[in-house]
Amino acid sequence: MNLFRNVVFIAAIAGLVAGVVLACMQAYATVPLILKAEVYEQAGGGHHHDHAAPAAAETNAMSSAVPAPAEAAAPAEDEGWAPADGFERFGFSVLANIVTGVGFALVLVAVSEFAGGIGNWRQGVFWGLAGFAVFTLAPGLGLPPELPAMPAADLMQRQIWWAATVVATSIGLGLIAFRRSPPLTILAVLLIIAPHVIGAPQPDSFETPIPEGLHHQFVVAVTLTNLVFWLVLGAAVGVVRGRFTGTAGSLRDSFA
Amino acid sequence: MNTASVSLGASVSSQSRLMQLVLAALLGLFVVGFVGFSHIDAVHNAAHDYRHSMAFPCH
Repeated sequence: MNLFRNVVFIAAIAGLVAGVVLACMQAYATVPLILKAEVYEQAGGGHHHDHAAPAAAETNAMSSAVPAPAEAAAPAEDEGWAPADGFERFGFSVLANIVTGVGFALVLVAVSEFAGGIGNWRQGVFWGLAGFAVFTLAPGLGLPPELPAMPAADLMQRQIWWAATVVATSIGLGLIAFRRSPPLTILAVLLIIAPHVIGAPQPDSFETPIPEGLHHQFVVAVTLTNLVFWLVLGAAVGVVRGRFTGTAGSLRDSFA
Repeated sequence: MNTASVSLGASVSSQSRLMQLVLAALLGLFVVGFVGFSHIDAVHNAAHDYRHSMAFPCH
């Protein structure tokens, strides 16, 4: 399992670096917008999980004295454990960034090894662009980044569409990059377009207390932070792998 | 672009190579899936800001 161990080693370092960078960018660019949106969310009354009872939620404030209707009395935020606001919440976000940074790096390193591996930081930047297109751009076209309190279709259906779009786009880009045949390139374009022709699951109503400007700002922030994340991840894989294979040449890849 | 001549595990057979790379990719997808897509409430709440910031389907 030498190869597996080496892939994990490179992915761990590159993912850690890119994850920390992404967490820092999010702290300044996206999280403040999420917190702003949560003010609107609380003013509008809880998460819009069920679009059936939006207005009634006004009544379920802190007043336990007033007997509210059964539906409204059910706390909208009864969602189990959550980190406390402030440092704890930020800490878990950083953790999530690093863990998934390593996860994305594992995928990136493993897939790129099939194509000969990412040899240097510049190749890594191009692989990063591909990762950005596959994991952010393509799914983001149908399902734009959403703030809390924004209406959305059924979660499971959106997750399925998201995953299917990622798979179709990655296969499409792979065919374009590594198969020099016109029919396969046409097939690739069809694969990339197909999820958007089918269409992402949309909510019944687009009514939301979130101002249009805030949402637009968020879409830009999410897209750009993800772009930088993928470029850093790709470049980091290139640098780490370059140093690694440099030493492995003498150590006959027994080194890990 | 594909000028990398050094491979990460030159001595392994091609079948074992395929297996290990697929395994690594699946491990990565599992990690991302668990943090970003799991329906467990505690996991969702812990990574809430992250999920929104990555434009993962949320709520």
